[in-house]
Amino acid sequence: MTGAPSLKKGADQPVRQIRGSVSSPIAHDSAYKHTSGSALYVDDIPAPENCLHVYIAISDRAHAKIISSDLSKVRAATGVVVILSRDDIPGENDIGPVVHDDPLFALGAGGGVVEGEGQALFAVVATTIDAARTAAARAKIDYEDLPAILTIDDAMAAQSLLEPPYKMGRGDAKSAILASPHQLKGRIEIGGQEHFYLEGQAALAIPGEDDDVTVYCSSQHPTEIQHKAASVLGVPNNAVTVEVRRMGGGFGGKETNGNLPTAVVALAAKLTGRPVKVRYDRDDDMIATGKRHDFRIDYQAGFDDDGRIQAIIFDQAARCGRSHDLSLSICDRAMFHADNCYYLPNVSITSYRCKTNTVSNTAFRGFGGPQGMVGIERVIDEIAFKLGKDPLDVRRVNFYAAKDTKSDRNVTPYHMTVEDCVIGEIVEALVVSSDYAARRKEIGTWNKKQPLLRRGLALTPVKFGISFTATHLNQAGALVHIYSDGSIHLNHGGTEMGQGLFTKVAQIVAEEFQVNIDRVKITPTNTGKVPNTSATAASAGTDLNGMAALDACRKIKKRLIDFAAAAWKAKPEDILFQPGCVQVGGQEISFDELISKAYMARVSLSANGFYATPKIKWDRNAGRGRPFFYFSYGAAVSEVVIDPLTGENRLLRVDILHDVGKSLNPAIDLGQIEGGFAQGVGWLTTEELWWDDKGRLKTHAPSTYKIPTASDRAPEMNIAIWDGGRNEEETVYRSKAVGEPPLMLGISVLMALSDAIGNARGRERYPSLDAPATPERILRAVSGDWV
Amino acid sequence: MRDQLSFYLNGELKTLRNVSPTQTLLRYLREDEKLCGTKEGCAEGDCGACTVMVSRLADDGSVKREAINACIRFLPSLEGTSVTTVEALSKSSEAPHLVQQKMIDHNGSQCGFCTPGFVMSLYTAYRNNVALPTGAANDLLAGNLCRCTGYGPILVAAKEIGEIAESVDQSEDDHSERAQLDEILHQDMIAFKHDGVEAFLPANSDQLAEIYAAHPEATIIAGATDVGLWVTKQHRHLQCVIFLDRVKDLASIKCKENELIIGAGATYSDATGVLAEAYPDLGELVRRIGALQVRNAGTIGGNIANGSPIGDMPPALIALGATLVLRHGDKRRELPLEKFFIDYGKQDRKTGEFVEAVRIPLTVPADDFRCYKISKRFDQDISALCGCFNIKIVDGVVCSARIAFGGMAGTPKRAASVEAALTGKPWVQDIIDVAMRAFADDFTPLSDMRASADYRLRTAQNLLMKYFLESKTPLSQTRLVGEGSVFA
Repeated sequence: MTGAPSLKKGADQPVRQIRGSVSSPIAHDSAYKHTSGSALYVDDIPAPENCLHVYIAISDRAHAKIISSDLSKVRAATGVVVILSRDDIPGENDIGPVVHDDPLFALGAGGGVVEGEGQALFAVVATTIDAARTAAARAKIDYEDLPAILTIDDAMAAQSLLEPPYKMGRGDAKSAILASPHQLKGRIEIGGQEHFYLEGQAALAIPGEDDDVTVYCSSQHPTEIQHKAASVLGVPNNAVTVEVRRMGGGFGGKETNGNLPTAVVALAAKLTGRPVKVRYDRDDDMIATGKRHDFRIDYQAGFDDDGRIQAIIFDQAARCGRSHDLSLSICDRAMFHADNCYYLPNVSITSYRCKTNTVSNTAFRGFGGPQGMVGIERVIDEIAFKLGKDPLDVRRVNFYAAKDTKSDRNVTPYHMTVEDCVIGEIVEALVVSSDYAARRKEIGTWNKKQPLLRRGLALTPVKFGISFTATHLNQAGALVHIYSDGSIHLNHGGTEMGQGLFTKVAQIVAEEFQVNIDRVKITPTNTGKVPNTSATAASAGTDLNGMAALDACRKIKKRLIDFAAAAWKAKPEDILFQPGCVQVGGQEISFDELISKAYMARVSLSANGFYATPKIKWDRNAGRGRPFFYFSYGAAVSEVVIDPLTGENRLLRVDILHDVGKSLNPAIDLGQIEGGFAQGVGWLTTEELWWDDKGRLKTHAPSTYKIPTASDRAPEMNIAIWDGGRNEEETVYRSKAVGEPPLMLGISVLMALSDAIGNARGRERYPSLDAPATPERILRAVSGDWV
Repeated sequence: MRDQLSFYLNGELKTLRNVSPTQTLLRYLREDEKLCGTKEGCAEGDCGACTVMVSRLADDGSVKREAINACIRFLPSLEGTSVTTVEALSKSSEAPHLVQQKMIDHNGSQCGFCTPGFVMSLYTAYRNNVALPTGAANDLLAGNLCRCTGYGPILVAAKEIGEIAESVDQSEDDHSERAQLDEILHQDMIAFKHDGVEAFLPANSDQLAEIYAAHPEATIIAGATDVGLWVTKQHRHLQCVIFLDRVKDLASIKCKENELIIGAGATYSDATGVLAEAYPDLGELVRRIGALQVRNAGTIGGNIANGSPIGDMPPALIALGATLVLRHGDKRRELPLEKFFIDYGKQDRKTGEFVEAVRIPLTVPADDFRCYKISKRFDQDISALCGCFNIKIVDGVVCSARIAFGGMAGTPKRAASVEAALTGKPWVQDIIDVAMRAFADDFTPLSDMRASADYRLRTAQNLLMKYFLESKTPLSQTRLVGEGSVFA
């Protein structure tokens, strides 16, 4: 001890309110850097001297045996340093995240087999990307084509499945359907979706001494990148360090899709001893990386006169592509969301995970949930059509029982009790704020007067389960340092892809210490600082990493309080962190002074934090448990207009009310809500993936794959955070996850289009609109006579 | 004759020798100048992440500022211009430019990768004193894709930027920029060779005619919105290139009493005003071609000369009865536009001959002429099909019909059987029904990623029905977008 510190006021004047406290709508931490071009993405990191570039050659065959290959002309090309194939891998030739069925390179001595277009064959490492690409094109590869299974229909006919069909449910759905007053059956086909992150996959590897290599990449899952690179290199995980400052968009497309390019540059860096960079161009990126799974859902339902569902059977078939990737969990989540907000007394859900000779499909915002949800919303829409009711009324009678009500209509098909259901409250508030009833009426009148155009309206709800369904993934770590000058260094296992995670976690730290957020240095995710992290996925980034950071802060705070209590002879409970200062008994000292004094007194000012989500458990074999900590809710009303002669359509007005619990940052949350909604609308309308009959993707650039642009936004959009939001569970500051759920609000647009089509063609037969609802699919649905 | 390129980059004069004629501006910025704020999102001019502002001297001496896609812009095309990138807008977060501040205030960025492109589109509009109510902002930003925000926050920022931009006095900046540009203006032909690739930048159409006659193997590059992709997407190596950017007399637009003569080098943006005034539907069609960055670069002449079966200008111009002017050396010839398109990939253009102008009659009553562009997305999409109708009805009888389609055949093509089924017949539903069936005689469309053959044929038929309906009802009852739509 250097003597008892004085109790005089610190140099910093205390402020009444800190900047960047929890629940304040501050801007994204990189906002200025985004607007000035000074935010660095992987390809912007100044290339080290001697940096080499990689081009990864990919298959243009869906399924073929490589009979022979001649890479001599590639090797001889200008600028080529080395060629990498299967034979150059010291470790395992695999980049699969769960199941080891995803080879890094298909090609090696003695040929190989390709199981899908876009599969990596070999890589060329050269002095420039142009040299590498030009050289790769000189490869001579002879294939023998094998029969290819391309579509869900092909796979179901051949029973080409990754695993036996998986089932969950309750009761005897088949008998209950037969016993119901009304029955229906049908099918919906739901297309996949390209992530179209604006920044393509990219990585830079810098070799170190011994086995070491450091990789800078654009990934939602640095730990997995580390593990897969280590396994390819045949070195322990501790030899590989992965750092991610930010991604130019992820949306699930950078959860596993980065494994391959990073493993390639790590390998190339170790083999050449030089830094190596890779960046996919847009076409290769879209061809070679997985997408949202397309689904075919068959349904049978029994219901009463009110539209109350008595029983339902879903057969969900998903196109997984050529390998497992994350498909099993994704298909599970589709099943977990086959109920959406509705109680299904008798239910049987069977999931078919189709193995096809196409790109291996992967995570995408919602992770199967959206497809499952479209299935049930479709059924509701069709029930209403059959009964001549407003679909909203059918939705209402089927909602899960509201929280705190006595009802047994609150158990999911996977036997989890829904304890926090607020969908009824949200929907009723939205019905009022969107003026639903009056507009429904006005649209009916308007349609009758029109010679051509028809409008449609729909309200759809969302209930989305929060937690990784692989329970062990629900853990996170954080690392907080306070330096002796009082500045704070924040690190955690979550990654920043634009969703504002770094900002929110920094707000939590600022709130805990009651300092301005500017004092909290946000630092890149780094496997050397926080190990064994889970992907930033499942909407759980803030729930997990925010809690871990909170834990780290509270550890340091406890030490500071103990120190201050001893130093100033106060009771620990009388020491309070106030805006910009610490109150010790009746007096205030500045945060800086406290830190300085604590340092001098040899108090540790660094802590790691850890969090594991409580309460969750899931028995997959039994199909029972509590896979989710809680649910996020929301609802949207969309109004559209269609031209029945061409199928063209417009979104006219959208009203959204969404539950984010107690918002950590309303500006960021609103951004997630609108952005997620827009992405959901794109998925279900303009975004169409199209393969030719050889299994080659033909929509591999923005010229042919159409994500929404500015004018696709509805002229009137009313988006609000539900003011009743509060998480029933003890999440960080009672907030709720917001990343994925709003995407599913976009389902309202598909249902509004269905309504408009019904209004155009009359009520005799249900439109059966598939997704994406392009002008072509709408025209088919309008015409009805056209298969 | 000179062998060097001169342009300004963020106010600094750059004089380049020995550059690849097909080096893109984007790669030059990122790799040579280490200005990494400008991003590559697609390398095909569709996402706008590479948007920069290019200023040049207009004929009237004013400074013309345009947003363009740096990813498909070749360096030589910047001769005599001033390029502004996002790095030039502000020096620190303490003093952001208004455009940046508004984007920050309204949470206009999430992942931030598209943001520099949005900022530069907005900045260019700001420098042009453009107001940005929602419709104008949508048009301004159609070529900037954002995958995170859903656009709302950006449109709010745009509106507020426009409110200030409208009245801000930038004459001082204009003056200094004009003086700078004036300094590097010259009328010499520029020619150079790099790594075996020859490049020519003629300064007028006579120089062009001479050079092209001497080098008929050359690829003529106007806005590079097509040829740019040959290089960035197909990785083709062009051996000899001629740039039209400096050939101002080829870019002239002449409004005569009975016709418009659009020089082959006139961009869509140059021509939008006159075309929209003459034919509102043509204006709307042009509005939906590419996006602003593409229309600022792409030319109507290029859209014709490249012979694409899915270009939108040819069917419209064929329906209007336009004439093409071709030039070889000092010789010129004219032919009806539809005759130019012989077959897929084959046009009636002789060796050394180039498209000089297109002559568009102004004699068609505006209401007789309708264009329908059908695509998955309204803005910045390539047509699945594009149907253009010019039908003259006198006393309830069709006295003439010119109907042309893109996307329905290997070339832009007239629907001769449909025209025949209508001509001389009463303008009634029964005849329309008959004529709709005739589409199958005229077209055997393909199925591809944009639409199936069935959809194309059925929609082509339905468009005649729509035209029929529009001859009897106001556009407010039939249009989802554009002039006359109640949903705009």
